Amino acid sequence: MTVSLVLVIIMGVLFAAGVYAMLERSLTRVLIGFLLLGNAANLFLLIVMGRPGVAPFYGAADPSEMSDPLPQALTLTAIVITFAVSAFLLALIYRSWQLGQADTVHDDEADLAVRARTEVDEEQMDDETSIEDEDDDATTDFIGTDTAPITVLHHRDLEGIRDDAPTDRPGASAGESRDRDGGEAR
Amino acid sequence: MSALVPLLVTLPLLGAGVALIFGRRRRVQVGVSIVTLTLVMVIAAVLLYAVDSSGQALAVSVGGWPVPFGIVLYVDRLAALLVVISAIVLLAVLLFSVGQGAADGDDDTPVTIFHPTYLILAAGIFNAFIAGDLFNLYVGFEILLVASYVLITLGSTESRIRTGVVYIVVSLVSSILFLAAIAAIYGALGTVNIAQLAERMTELPQSTQLVLHLMLLLAFSIKAAVFPLSFWLPDSYPTAPAPVTAVFAGLLTKVGVYAMIRTETQIFRDNDVNTLLLIVALATMIVGVLGALAQAELKRILSFTLVSHVGYLVFGLAIATPLALGATIYYMVHHIIVQTTLFLAVGLIERRAGSTSILKVKGLMRAAPVIAVLYFIPAINLGGIPPFSGFIGKFALFNAAATVGTPLMYVLIVGGVVTSLLTLYTLMRAWNLAFWREDDDHADEPAVVERIEYLGDAPAADEQGDRRVIPRMMTATTAGMVAVTIALTVFAGPLYQLCASIGDALLTPVTLVQLEQEAQQ
Repeated sequence: MTVSLVLVIIMGVLFAAGVYAMLERSLTRVLIGFLLLGNAANLFLLIVMGRPGVAPFYGAADPSEMSDPLPQALTLTAIVITFAVSAFLLALIYRSWQLGQADTVHDDEADLAVRARTEVDEEQMDDETSIEDEDDDATTDFIGTDTAPITVLHHRDLEGIRDDAPTDRPGASAGESRDRDGGEAR
Repeated sequence: MSALVPLLVTLPLLGAGVALIFGRRRRVQVGVSIVTLTLVMVIAAVLLYAVDSSGQALAVSVGGWPVPFGIVLYVDRLAALLVVISAIVLLAVLLFSVGQGAADGDDDTPVTIFHPTYLILAAGIFNAFIAGDLFNLYVGFEILLVASYVLITLGSTESRIRTGVVYIVVSLVSSILFLAAIAAIYGALGTVNIAQLAERMTELPQSTQLVLHLMLLLAFSIKAAVFPLSFWLPDSYPTAPAPVTAVFAGLLTKVGVYAMIRTETQIFRDNDVNTLLLIVALATMIVGVLGALAQAELKRILSFTLVSHVGYLVFGLAIATPLALGATIYYMVHHIIVQTTLFLAVGLIERRAGSTSILKVKGLMRAAPVIAVLYFIPAINLGGIPPFSGFIGKFALFNAAATVGTPLMYVLIVGGVVTSLLTLYTLMRAWNLAFWREDDDHADEPAVVERIEYLGDAPAADEQGDRRVIPRMMTATTAGMVAVTIALTVFAGPLYQLCASIGDALLTPVTLVQLEQEAQQ
């Protein structure tokens, strides 16, 4: 099977860039990373098709000159799936932004609990060593870095933005529905 | 008979469409979903009977393309059995959620998308089980995953978005890996049909096989939540609505395990990574159950035990003898049913007590004896107390391992026994605190809290708030599932025989010629 070296290199770059972008904490970058990875995988499917040939229509040419139609069908399916999933991810990012937490990936609750506990232990154990503080900037520590490429604007920041989309924080709406339930039960 | 096979996928999809049309009319939606899943269950049972009695698998080439080129749906005993079991689970959880929804005022404000999405999830699961080629398996996975993305963020509250994001991103990565693996396999062998892959794979050098093998296993291990790729599961499952968690816990990881079984036994017969799998299985069992020990919230405890029990399945798969594979299938059936039942029971507890934290819930034995029974039976079943199916499954697994008899096998057996005991301990601790502790008795409180002080830091659940009345339908459904778990024990003989015959058949893979013959019939 002969393949184009250029395509292989492009695929490699896409995979690398996609993985790099996906490692970010910002959801928008994760989305970009996913799109790159998806394109890389689709390109991979096209590469394994081998040398491109005549369009594979029945009777259009000698079968040996045609390109392999199966990877094309697979790629089309995969593109549709990637498209649908990215639309869903966008909706999710929008919702995450709407809830006012910016568009970042949050930590696992159990991890947070464990971390809180180890921090307490460390404070008890070593309060003399101050070397760790100097190192803090140098380490690639993701904890507490809620960086987002988009700035969250609320209605108080800008008059043109109305932030009245329904949210379900514990508060008014939850209480109302519960009251209604209670009323029905009675 | 083979005309029935595509219905397993098309019926739920059709039902989803109809349910979506009647989005505003909840009763119609409920009717459509129940009828659809019941029909699928009946069809699957008929197929299982047909396949089992004739001893010959059913293959359907969709669209009339000749066999290795088109999409092949393939139903053997294993696929038929798993479709029957998942149809039962899906139907039970649906009834449970209908009971819950009716009490929560769904009649006024119906969640339009729940029923259609649920049916699409079902279609994806069935499609994955009966897929005859790798790409169709990928499509099945994607269908069920996309439906699960919607279900896990249902209502899109803050906590569900937070955990949903992690779940979705991790699943996306595994899907991309799977797709890349398919591309690599197609590049190497020029086919995606599993039967043809199995024939051509032996021509490849071992190193190439190993790369392809590990790519596929990596993708499936994320979906099956095998340690160390299980990190996403315990945080994302518990925040979803109770019925959704129940069906995810029962089925989604098992689809991953099913894909692993097909990969190991059919595609890569010559390429042996069983030692690696055995070590991973041991780590999954132990780490999972240790995670459960440190949790105070029932849904999290169950999510961790879910991870740990996937370890048993990988263990059985890695022994790779017909005896062990039969035991694995039996254990898989047992675990799908029991894990779902436990999550349903926890759903009842959550509703009755307003919380799922075992530090807060107490006095349920007196207040709700029915829930106590419905929790207790599956709990000791999962913990492996005789005579329940958990004991039978574990015993069969250990027996198969001891028959092989290498030192590593005995290490795994010890690990399995320890995991089983720790599972029992975790679930019984929850039982002691939530059910046996008296509600009005504050005398022993300091002592109890001191003894379980380390649980104080464990993450808490979303507060349900007040205690509410439980609809009879939810209790009845859970009771029905408990009855099914007992049936697994009572009818263990015939069921185990079926599983053993599946295990025997798995190691003699289907040839392409066979597949063509079966497709023509």
